[in-house]
Amino acid sequence: MISIETHNLTVSYNKRPVLWNIDFELPTGSIVGIIGPNGSGKTTLLKAIMGLVPTSSGYVKIFDKDLADVRQRISYVPQRESVDWDFPASVMDIVLMGRYKKANLMKRISKADLEIAAEALEKVNMLEFSNRQISQLSGGQQQRVFIARSLAQGADLYIMDEPFVGVDAATEEAILNLLSDMKKEGKTVVVVHHDLQTAKDYFDWIVLLNTRMVAAGPKDEIFKEELLQEAYGGKLNVLSKVGDLMKEKAFNVREK
Amino acid sequence: MNSTFQFISFSDPNVLFVVLGTMILGASAAIVGCFSFLRKRALVGDAIAHSILPGVCLAFMVSGSKNPFYLIIGAFITGWLSLLLIDGITRTTKIKSDTAIGIILSVFFGVGILLLTSIQHSGNAAQAGLDKFLFGKAASLTKDDIYVFSSIAIVLVIVVVLFYKEFKLISFNPDYAKVIGLPVRFLEFLLATITVLAVAVGIQAVGVVLMAALLITPASGARFWTDKLSTMILIATLFGAASGFLGSYISYIAPAMPTGPWIVMCLSLLTIGSIWFAPKTGMLSKFRVQKENNRKILIENVLKLFYHLGERTNGFKDERSTTALLETRDLRIKELQRGLNLLKQSHWVRKKGENWVITESGLTEAKRIIKLHRLWEMYLNQRLKLQPDHVHNDAEAIEHIITPQLEIELEKELNYPTKDPHESIIPYNE
Amino acid sequence: MEAFWIILVGSLIAVSCAILGSYLILRKMAMVGDAISHAVLPGIVIAYLLSGSRETLPMLLGAAFLGVLTTILIELFYKKARLQIDASIGITFTWLFAIGIILISLFAGQVDLDQDCVLYGEIAYVPLDLWVTESGYNMGPRTVWIASGLLLLIVLFIWKGYKGLFITTFNEEFAKALGIGVAFWHYALMGAVSLTTVVSFESVGAILVVALLIVPPATAYLITTNLKKMLVLASIFGILSAFGGYYLAAAINGSIAGAMATVAGILFGIVWVAILMQKRRPSKTAINYLD
Repeated sequence: MISIETHNLTVSYNKRPVLWNIDFELPTGSIVGIIGPNGSGKTTLLKAIMGLVPTSSGYVKIFDKDLADVRQRISYVPQRESVDWDFPASVMDIVLMGRYKKANLMKRISKADLEIAAEALEKVNMLEFSNRQISQLSGGQQQRVFIARSLAQGADLYIMDEPFVGVDAATEEAILNLLSDMKKEGKTVVVVHHDLQTAKDYFDWIVLLNTRMVAAGPKDEIFKEELLQEAYGGKLNVLSKVGDLMKEKAFNVREK
Repeated sequence: MNSTFQFISFSDPNVLFVVLGTMILGASAAIVGCFSFLRKRALVGDAIAHSILPGVCLAFMVSGSKNPFYLIIGAFITGWLSLLLIDGITRTTKIKSDTAIGIILSVFFGVGILLLTSIQHSGNAAQAGLDKFLFGKAASLTKDDIYVFSSIAIVLVIVVVLFYKEFKLISFNPDYAKVIGLPVRFLEFLLATITVLAVAVGIQAVGVVLMAALLITPASGARFWTDKLSTMILIATLFGAASGFLGSYISYIAPAMPTGPWIVMCLSLLTIGSIWFAPKTGMLSKFRVQKENNRKILIENVLKLFYHLGERTNGFKDERSTTALLETRDLRIKELQRGLNLLKQSHWVRKKGENWVITESGLTEAKRIIKLHRLWEMYLNQRLKLQPDHVHNDAEAIEHIITPQLEIELEKELNYPTKDPHESIIPYNE
Repeated sequence: MEAFWIILVGSLIAVSCAILGSYLILRKMAMVGDAISHAVLPGIVIAYLLSGSRETLPMLLGAAFLGVLTTILIELFYKKARLQIDASIGITFTWLFAIGIILISLFAGQVDLDQDCVLYGEIAYVPLDLWVTESGYNMGPRTVWIASGLLLLIVLFIWKGYKGLFITTFNEEFAKALGIGVAFWHYALMGAVSLTTVVSFESVGAILVVALLIVPPATAYLITTNLKKMLVLASIFGILSAFGGYYLAAAINGSIAGAMATVAGILFGIVWVAILMQKRRPSKTAINYLD
């Protein structure tokens, strides 16, 4: 069973492709790491999968369906730095957002929602902080709140953007335990990660990225000197020159 | 027309003062505004403008006169104070800069209005005309005003010329400026000071509310014409002065028309015009590029039709009917006709009765495009490891954009392959 | 009685502004609020010309239209012309405001709006414009009814849209990922700000609406970390500004709207200084003494 399939996915910024023809299929029930150097398009790939940036060609299928049909089954954990943590809200307020849906947006928060949110907080060891203001949290705690919010959605597929960046050891361990629990429950987790050293321990499936896809597969097949060399050995010369040309001439990846 | 002549001949000295005054104000604000724009402080200028009102009122209350010199000192003090407070709020609280600007802008303005109305109600006869600061008094500028404005304008220009390089650096790369040991804080202080000065005098032309436009609109428009700071300043200055001239002209021929808003109107239209018509970065130029791209794509695609048919029948130079050409590609008949006519103009195809034939030079061109297409497919297959059935669509687009230089690089990198991933032959021109 | 009506209208408007302004500053859109409050002017003038009077409904429609147009124009400058955001805001509102003033001058005979009124309103005249029913019953000042209606509408909007505004303000991308219509909430808020601006316009003037939109919420933001408390506190600061402003204006015989903005600023200053002083002291719970 396939969780995410991308087909010839190209994403451009100002006409210059930042992801070229990404083609992969990810299995369900595994922990997938998206690995690559800085500026290799990892976050863009997640955003393209979640429909948050326009694609210039190709498509994404999730559980063999279009995003709009399976939105309820997917949960997205954005980068911690992408929000303003000075926002006047408590931990519980944020986690409850995981229970928001288009259909219940005008309705009050139900008791069941509260219970589910508390359960999610429990799973990341943050229940005692549920009334804490988010401005008072450490980086690791912020990350755990974001993950709890995502858990509260009760999804089958979790997409996380750099959850391990700038977190303390306790948070790292909490996240790792969570990942293995989720795997046991048959859930799929896709994680953007920038650290090669730890990637081998964290994930069982790897997508190696550097503006194009270098390789994708079970980690043992991917962690090979030549593949890593290829991904981290710099950009493809001709490819980036063509990208520059496309920006300069305002050229589309697809005709018209 | 008569009044136009009167205006241009400056037979009325008052007209001369107004025109000169608004042009000087427009130009000096535009020069300083370029730096505000580049340092992304457009709205700070708005805050300074609003903060000047209480300063003017206080100066009047203290001095009891409307001497422009006193008023500018008052304006200068509260203008500067507003900058310090915005900085203080963002530094010591969690309030973000846009909110801090909004707080200072509206509170200072509120205080200004309170003082102004209080002065007005006090029955002091000397106060008449103080409210000109709200909407400007361009139409009633006098000789004395011109002296004050021009001296301040000269000071501004001298400071900008003297510190041009340093200002440029702190606008484009403040971190680097710090690293190489420039006195960044002093330079920022200097820049802020001349901004406050420019605003304090500029307000007399357009008033508090529209002052931000005098600073920021010419710079925004000028940005579309050039990447060079000196040229940008020049164009912005031109915009500022021209709008001053036009604004005063309009209110001269139609006396009911307010000068300040018309200056801003002219500035806005100049900038919107720049957004549309500037070479390279303008909207029209972008559309033209798009049109050229589409034209290139069309003729190259039609040329390829001849090649594909030739490959099939082993006769590249056979006559082709339009129906035959349409068979290999999903193309509308109208498009095809247009492409064929364009190709005919370049002598790449000839018309023979109802049919079309590719010429020798056309065939060379067709081969080049087919080669690029197949080379790119090869590149995608080898370097991006795409399956052969995933490479065609991308190559359909990229074939049109690869330059001769990139073509050589591509050939070398792939080691002059003879076949593409679909086993089709890659044609090289001898 | 006059004082009562003026303070009541001031408070009603201040509360509407405080609620919407809280969302504006949290969305980092304070200056967009500023821009809208300037830019509704041409809408009001055009509505005036078309309807031939100060009818409330055409004015509301005209202003709401211009308010949304402002945000669209800013986005066009920003996204299509690739101008930086601060310049986009600056160009848009000054241009629209200039158009408004030009229209007023052009149709001076037909439009009963003067430039000063545009800037700082005529809240002192509120008690004079009475709503008298056909049977001759005196319902009190017309503005009180309009401002109450507005406040009711906004409270309803915030009550029903609390979750929608909350999630799209805190984390727009997450909301998008949930399939929530981010654009809808954006434009609904902008529409509400435009409506508030135009209702407040006659009373406190276009520019000083900004003070009520930004300053009380910013003051509340300094002392609480709870959105609901922030809404309430901002409203309280707004009402205090209306009260204080009235008496300050009476004391020095100046504009009531200007005085309201001044008092709002003084309240902000007091809270700011108090926080600075507390920060100096080595107490850890500096900011959150209200929670």
